[in-house]
Amino acid sequence: MMSEKQPLLKIDELRISFNTYAGKVQAVRGVSLTLHAGEVLAMVGESGCGKSVTAQSILQLNPVPPTVVEGGSITLEGKDLLKYSDAEMRKIRGHEISMIFQDPMTSLNPTTRVGKQITEAILKHQKVSRKEAYSRAVDMLRMVGLSNPEQRMRQYPHEFSGGMRQRAMIAMALVCNPKILIADEPTTALDVTIQSQIVDLLLDLRQKLGTAILIITHDMGVVADIADRVAVMYAGVVVEQGSVRDLFYHPRHPYTWGLLDSIPKLDHSDEPLIPIQGTPPDLLNPPKGCPFAARCDYCMAVCHDHLPEETEAGEGHTVRCWLQHEFAPHVNNRFEREDK
Amino acid sequence: MLLEVKNLKKYFPVGHKQILRAVDDVSFFVEEGETVGLVGESGCGKTTLGRTLIGLYKPTDGQVLFQGKDITRLNRKEAFALTKDMQMIFQDPYASLNPRMTVADIIAEGLDLHKMYRGAARQKRIYELLQLVGMLPEQANRFPHEFSGGQRQRVGIARALAVEPKLIICDEPISALDVSIQAQVINLLHDLQKELHLTYLFIAHDLAMVEHISNRIGVMYLGSMMEFAPSHELMQHPMHPYTCALLSAVPFADPDASRARPRIKLQGDVPSPVSIMQGCKFQTRCPYCTEACKKTMPPMREVTPGHFVACYHDEALQVTQTERKDTHAC
Repeated sequence: MMSEKQPLLKIDELRISFNTYAGKVQAVRGVSLTLHAGEVLAMVGESGCGKSVTAQSILQLNPVPPTVVEGGSITLEGKDLLKYSDAEMRKIRGHEISMIFQDPMTSLNPTTRVGKQITEAILKHQKVSRKEAYSRAVDMLRMVGLSNPEQRMRQYPHEFSGGMRQRAMIAMALVCNPKILIADEPTTALDVTIQSQIVDLLLDLRQKLGTAILIITHDMGVVADIADRVAVMYAGVVVEQGSVRDLFYHPRHPYTWGLLDSIPKLDHSDEPLIPIQGTPPDLLNPPKGCPFAARCDYCMAVCHDHLPEETEAGEGHTVRCWLQHEFAPHVNNRFEREDK
Repeated sequence: MLLEVKNLKKYFPVGHKQILRAVDDVSFFVEEGETVGLVGESGCGKTTLGRTLIGLYKPTDGQVLFQGKDITRLNRKEAFALTKDMQMIFQDPYASLNPRMTVADIIAEGLDLHKMYRGAARQKRIYELLQLVGMLPEQANRFPHEFSGGQRQRVGIARALAVEPKLIICDEPISALDVSIQAQVINLLHDLQKELHLTYLFIAHDLAMVEHISNRIGVMYLGSMMEFAPSHELMQHPMHPYTCALLSAVPFADPDASRARPRIKLQGDVPSPVSIMQGCKFQTRCPYCTEACKKTMPPMREVTPGHFVACYHDEALQVTQTERKDTHAC
């Protein structure tokens, strides 16, 4: 039902590389994603898989040089963002698309009162009086769950705890009512009790404001709690994409299986974890075939030479794996489960 | 009993005559050959506790008995001899290896200091250790920067193993690593324990991982031990309100079950460890707090065999426990 509507954000065959002294690092190698209005899309993968680079390229936050966009397009409601100038991008950032980062301490200005930092964003993008901006900032702080918002407005970031800072960041990001919030590892630096509060807050705000959220994380637990759809990335490629139930109950890609295997289950069993052997490939010289072939238990001859195409494994569920091919041997999928 | 900690305190003066109570009256014990996990949120004092045990900090008060001998008041010679029995693995594999030393020299530093495996045996021992942690002998002459995070952590483990210690304190050994690499390192630690009969004190904030590797778990909050129990017991019958809240906050990789799990939401933030608080450390956020809690810190009681709790209200919690057991059986 969702797929029939025009997506809010569409990334198509995006390719990004970095020019370094050692050569060209191909960080993103043909990523296609769609984000619909009001949806939570989670991007998971290990460090260096290109998930942050992809997200940052939406707002053109990657430094140029060394970043080179080699191809592809990023369209927000039909407008190609990659063609936008710096001045045009500034109108998008914080207004139509906002971003929050992993470390809330380094993303707030330590020398400026929190209130000023939030009202600044409103005054920049909207023609409102200072008084109006102030009252909107106070409302936003209350909405993200900070007590005594008037008093918090006058405080500096160092007077806030980690969880409060992340709340302030979220308030700042959402105060202009953007269509999309990009959250780059928003809970990684936080403790579990605070992490669950922030996840709840994001879901609550999505409900109230209808903001679509693109969340980047490596924590499968957080994904299970927050996401509507999930994209699993590996070595600059989306290897599997689907609804959160597809990913956890009907995963098809061996890398997704590996990720699910390497985290301990909470069923109190003493079975050893099954790690993925080896390390991800070097993206200076990415492999010609499937990037996961070298670590894959089900690797076939074809995997080394040809990158598999994205194949449909169900409605809205795509997999990049040769095992999906009709001639491939049947592999018993341990993760396959009945829908509840 | 390999290690026994009795009423250990570590206070830091933080100026203006204020005192930060990083570790406040902690008691627990570690049996030989087992893994004891320490969990808690950042700032709860778990790292300070680990560092105090190994002698990197001098305790303010209390005793640490290692094989029955108090190791808090040792002279330099005795303290040095103790480093042969106790070793540490650090969180950040990038910062804890000297970038100017080769892997061989890093691993052999302890051997050289303790005058073990001299001459030709030294090289053999280095190769043996590298193989033990799943690396190749030819990697011995490389430098740390040539390795990935997971491999560096293996070097850190080999260094700790070199002097044949009895106890290894693992301070967040996997939190800087990627998920798939974490499992590799956890399995390695597990295999080494079986093979070499090691004892671990495993400090981490990832509850699922700690439960996976530990025989018993201690939960810390604001410098105090709140609950100490066998890990399965702790996961299935948590008694302290803080442990219950902590466990209910952990999401798991099953969307339907994870979203349906009962949640105990804590109000407010962790108070500052500098402020002096009468009574239970958890009183400001505890839903069961009563007058008694505000007067004195509840002592550690053995409620069921091997299950220690520092709370006056564990009877009240028996109810929530049964609820939890039903819903948590996923």
